[in-house]
Amino acid sequence: MNVLVYLVPMALALGLTGLAAFLWSLRSGQYEDMDGAALRVLSDDDVQR
Amino acid sequence: MTGSLDLSIYVKRHGGQSRMELAVEGVGCAGCIRKIEGGLKKIPGIVDARLNFTNRRLAVEWRDGELDAGDVIDALERIGYHAHPFEPQRAETDEALHARHLMKCLAVAGFAAMNIMLLSVSVWSGGATDMTQETRDFFHWLSALIALPAVGYAGQPFFRSALRAIRARALNMDVPISLGVLLAVGMSIVETAGHAEHAYFDSAVMLLFFLLCGRYLDHAMRRKTRAVAGNLAALKAEVAHRFEGGGEVVTVPVAALIPGDRLLVRPGERVPADGTVISGTSEIDESLVTGETVHRKLTAGATIYAGSVNYSGALTMRVTAAGPGTLLDEVERLLDKAVAGRSRYRRLADRAARLYAPMVHATAALTLTGWLLAGASLHDAVITAIAVLIITCPCALALAIPAVQVVASGALFRTGVILNAGDAIERLAEVDTVVFDKTGTLTLPEPRVANIGVYDPDLLEMAARLAQSSRHPLAAAVAREARERVPYLDAIEEPGQGVRALIDGIEARLGSFAFCGNTCSVALPPETSLIAFRHGDRGAIFAVRQSLRADAVDVAKSLAALGIDVRILSGDRPAAVEPIAAALGIAQWQGGLTPAQKIAAIDALKAAGRRVLMVGDGLNDAPALAAAQVSLSPIVAAHITQAQADAVFLGERLAPVRDALVIARRARRLMQQNLWLAVIYNAIAVPVAIAGHVTPLIAAAAMSGSSVLVTLNALRARGPGGVGPS
Repeated sequence: MNVLVYLVPMALALGLTGLAAFLWSLRSGQYEDMDGAALRVLSDDDVQR
Repeated sequence: MTGSLDLSIYVKRHGGQSRMELAVEGVGCAGCIRKIEGGLKKIPGIVDARLNFTNRRLAVEWRDGELDAGDVIDALERIGYHAHPFEPQRAETDEALHARHLMKCLAVAGFAAMNIMLLSVSVWSGGATDMTQETRDFFHWLSALIALPAVGYAGQPFFRSALRAIRARALNMDVPISLGVLLAVGMSIVETAGHAEHAYFDSAVMLLFFLLCGRYLDHAMRRKTRAVAGNLAALKAEVAHRFEGGGEVVTVPVAALIPGDRLLVRPGERVPADGTVISGTSEIDESLVTGETVHRKLTAGATIYAGSVNYSGALTMRVTAAGPGTLLDEVERLLDKAVAGRSRYRRLADRAARLYAPMVHATAALTLTGWLLAGASLHDAVITAIAVLIITCPCALALAIPAVQVVASGALFRTGVILNAGDAIERLAEVDTVVFDKTGTLTLPEPRVANIGVYDPDLLEMAARLAQSSRHPLAAAVAREARERVPYLDAIEEPGQGVRALIDGIEARLGSFAFCGNTCSVALPPETSLIAFRHGDRGAIFAVRQSLRADAVDVAKSLAALGIDVRILSGDRPAAVEPIAAALGIAQWQGGLTPAQKIAAIDALKAAGRRVLMVGDGLNDAPALAAAQVSLSPIVAAHITQAQADAVFLGERLAPVRDALVIARRARRLMQQNLWLAVIYNAIAVPVAIAGHVTPLIAAAAMSGSSVLVTLNALRARGPGGVGPS
């Protein structure tokens, strides 16, 4: 059971990273325009910017 | 035209940059995003342009002094899009913040639910293998560590709402939810401290996660409809021509007008604000205000209302606030009374909560005393009672109604009905009487040519194309019949008389009888206006009047087939209402009503136990809309009226009114079904809980199972492929 000593913190850390990433994406406005995001990926004229 | 438009009230200045939000028409594909953003960014001075495809809004930023708001709109016009500046409503901004908070709660609950489930599944399977007690305790404590902050954060929307309800000495669904979650967590901590086998952290957090999903979807749907309504308001693009100090005329948005402003109203334009005429004589069409279809003659000193259409001469007017004794004043007074007198509708969910919460708590109390009397220890009796509270925590019940509401408002949205009020669906479902206003509701808001069939299609097309060169409202009605939207290039408008142009080498004229040399001896109803057309020796006389919406007869018939009593209450003369009522087969109609009489008629229906849906658009309908059980108005309705309506419908067809009733009835049936499903779930789960056999595994499975079941059932509110094309 010694394996838990590092497995449990790792699982929690991974989960928290996911949560933090989600909150960051929410704050940076990535959910403001769900339909637009699906279409923007098709246009490639923003490459050089 | 937009070059002279003063849009400064929409522009926000910050640190040497200006920012403006616009509602854009005609955005429909991926290419539009690139065209608009790329096109604008090429213009020197523009710092950023970002189109939100979901709500069709564009945010533009530019450096101060290099451009102004009008240039941005002109640039968009050149790219091929019609845009209007937009001022986000306060309510909309608040809702955006609330949505973000719900989303954060949802994320936290999701994270916690997944991690606790990871631990719980280990414990459950550990029971079958050889997990030691120390490991189990360790997992439980770890779950507690995740669950406590997660519940504290993600539970806020429920705890707050429950607290509000308790302070108001009422019960809503959030009271048993909050109690169930808090007890589950509290009991689990006590149990973990006592090295017990079962802890319910997983149930508590998963419950929050499911409920937050429902809340968020409900909220997102409402935000979407509100955004569309906001865009439509902006796209109406109401502007006024205001006299400035030096006597020059500047075009300003209606939102910028204040009492005392002097305005110019040209023929063919809508009166932008309430006020009095300073100079000029004209006839105005007040059908949007009073429902009257005969035009009123105006001279200096007359009172005019926003929404009337100026027909013949240019008017100068002064904007006034509603003074005593005016129609507007009376309407507002009646409105206040009607709103105050309206009994608050008690929602299905609240009624269910009032029944459910006391029953659940009583069952838990009975379980406790029952086990104590049966000789169980205090600890075991309390644990079982709490298990009853947890298993009855109304997850399915709390999802049963919002889930249907989300799906039903989506279906309504597709048929062109935009909801203003959250509980409108439930109130619509109960309707047994529909009262229509006539002008602008049963009839089209814009007048049409009534005698198209009489003339040769070529002649009509010629007249219609010529009419496009005139600003006169009668000509506009003729122009709407054009198949091709191509005006004649050399057309000349003679003010007050008509337009003329050379067609195939022969002069064609459209306008007054004298101008065209036509005569007419037929006596006509007073609401019909005539416009003459002459091309060489061929002539035509078009009768222009308000005509029925194309599907009005069908809708009236199908409403009757649904068992609904259809009536007309109109402010127009009885002689004008009668033929309409006859055409629609409506036996119960009244004409010539004042706003107060309309309210009286609705109150009489309500007193007879009827549940009335009022459909109207005029200023004079606003109090009646507020007095009715539920109300609908077309998108072209007067401002005050639209603000009163529970829902707004789009387009030229009347079918959305019927579709709204059909969808609402189906939604209500599904809500009731869902409530019964929740009851059946409880009938099965509660005895198991009372008997003390609920393990965390059973609780988790039962609660998610029932939630998924009601959500799936709610999806049926979409209906078999929708009720019809929008």
